[in-house]
Amino acid sequence: MNEVCFKNLDKKNPASFATYESTGGYKVWRKILNGELTPEDILAELKTSGLRGRGGAGFPTGLKWSFMPRNQEGQKYVVCNSDEGEPGTCHDRDILRYNPHSVIEGMAIAGYVMNATVGYNYIRGEFMEPYYRFEEALKDAYDEGLLGKDIQGSAVSFDLYTHLGAGAYICGEETALLESLEGKKGQPRFKPPFPANVGLYGKPTTINNTETFANVPEILTRGGKWFADLGVENSGGTKCFSVTGNVKNPANFEVPMGTPFSKLLELAGGLKEGRTLKAVIPGGSSTPLLTADTAMNMTMDYDSIANAGSMLGAGSVIIMDDTTCMVKTLTRLAHFYYDESCGQCTPCREGTGWLYRVLQRILDGDGKNEDLDLLVSVGEKISGNTICALGDAAATPVESFIRHFRHEFEYYIKHGRSIVESEHHLIEEEAIV
Amino acid sequence: MISDQAKKEIDFWVTKYPEGRQSSAVMQALTIVQNENGGSLTGELMQEVADHLQMPTISVQEVATFYENYNHKPVGKNIIRFCHNISCMLNGSDELISYLEEKLEVKTGEVSKDGLVSVKKVECLGACVGGPMCQIGDQYHEHLTPSKLDNILDNLK
Repeated sequence: MNEVCFKNLDKKNPASFATYESTGGYKVWRKILNGELTPEDILAELKTSGLRGRGGAGFPTGLKWSFMPRNQEGQKYVVCNSDEGEPGTCHDRDILRYNPHSVIEGMAIAGYVMNATVGYNYIRGEFMEPYYRFEEALKDAYDEGLLGKDIQGSAVSFDLYTHLGAGAYICGEETALLESLEGKKGQPRFKPPFPANVGLYGKPTTINNTETFANVPEILTRGGKWFADLGVENSGGTKCFSVTGNVKNPANFEVPMGTPFSKLLELAGGLKEGRTLKAVIPGGSSTPLLTADTAMNMTMDYDSIANAGSMLGAGSVIIMDDTTCMVKTLTRLAHFYYDESCGQCTPCREGTGWLYRVLQRILDGDGKNEDLDLLVSVGEKISGNTICALGDAAATPVESFIRHFRHEFEYYIKHGRSIVESEHHLIEEEAIV
Repeated sequence: MISDQAKKEIDFWVTKYPEGRQSSAVMQALTIVQNENGGSLTGELMQEVADHLQMPTISVQEVATFYENYNHKPVGKNIIRFCHNISCMLNGSDELISYLEEKLEVKTGEVSKDGLVSVKKVECLGACVGGPMCQIGDQYHEHLTPSKLDNILDNLK
């Protein structure tokens, strides 16, 4: 456990420059500055490693970097997406707090590979502690002469800056993030053109997630094959998972890809006494809900979770036990997407409001029999009809919650209250008798 | 009026972006100005930010009304931003928010009578393993319980 991004967690000052350097940090970057590594070497190693984008989409990182027109004249940019906000996800926060230098080195390496001399780390506005830690690390890296222009006479230049958000989930979408970085409303752009051709300020740009960058230095230090072998086929390496919800000890864990879900649940202390597992969201609120049986039989990697009917997403594992009311939980998620829709596309702007209001009506005891079909139909009308994936993400939980727990919604509509509360009420009454 | 100190801070952020791209600093400029003004923005302040960054006023207003963290009405001296999203909810955030409302005699979205505290329900703050949690100023408070909340409230000035 904790072999790559979290490898310094148990050290006294995990975030310090000294700690990072003592565990092999900046070795790769110094090699680059000494002219011992070419962009082609690095791309080949990344492809061998099987590293895929950790932000949610899982796109192969080496391939993404190779799309950049590195020989094209003019400014190019590297951007790190630290706008962590998918409900249930909080491991990038720990990478920024405890291993900020890995992100700096990863971004610098990316800059070298793609011939981009400027980078921005977009950190969500609420993450002030991670921001201060990252800024401190950045200052150390400059003081050590590892960043700047013509670094140590190598002709390699890389300047890195942090940018702070101001509260908008949508800015985790890469083109919305670019708009925000340009000082505008965070509304996603049409693709194509892709950022690799037209990105920040119209220049070629590559955006990766915090965890993705943090993996890069260790991969190049120990080799792509070493990393790939930590995981399973199609899912190289380790992955940071946030395990939250109804478990004894919610926490972040970095485990090899392919780790059984049951093992991850055990690491988080398992369920509370007397409770049983009801459902699991494996990759953050935008990924489909799975029932307990399905979850207990899957392993934590891209293919196994896809076969189970969901997605690895951002690695945000939300555990629900038998006391969870699915109507209330889904209503809360619907409220989130309603609140966070940027308003650009009509199906999402209007549809998320419909989803939330109809669910709230059920929760208030005013549900109608036709509401479930209405919810599914609204979801279908949003999906695939918007510029970005937020619309699909809003529809996904609605469809999967209703598919797996339709009877709970029907009960709520009929009786005006939750089946879960009713069941527990009955158990309590029986206990009294 | 934006103070000279705030203008200096804004100008530091402007240096991070290429020449002519000073509007990239607008979000941070609004944050700095808002903090200086006791936690909320006014039309006049947005106008000043626009003038300082040589941006159209409407562009500043668009940003200031798009992002969650800008306030357009006076707020309490301290804003308690309480997460009510899924992971926190599964660990009792609703009950704690009700507790807070009762104790402070204030509803979410309102300011307490003495002006010391505003309570806001917010979406995921990215500290789900520490839920239920809230943010006050720069700081996150995690694994909250009623007694922990009492303590935090007692120390607010």
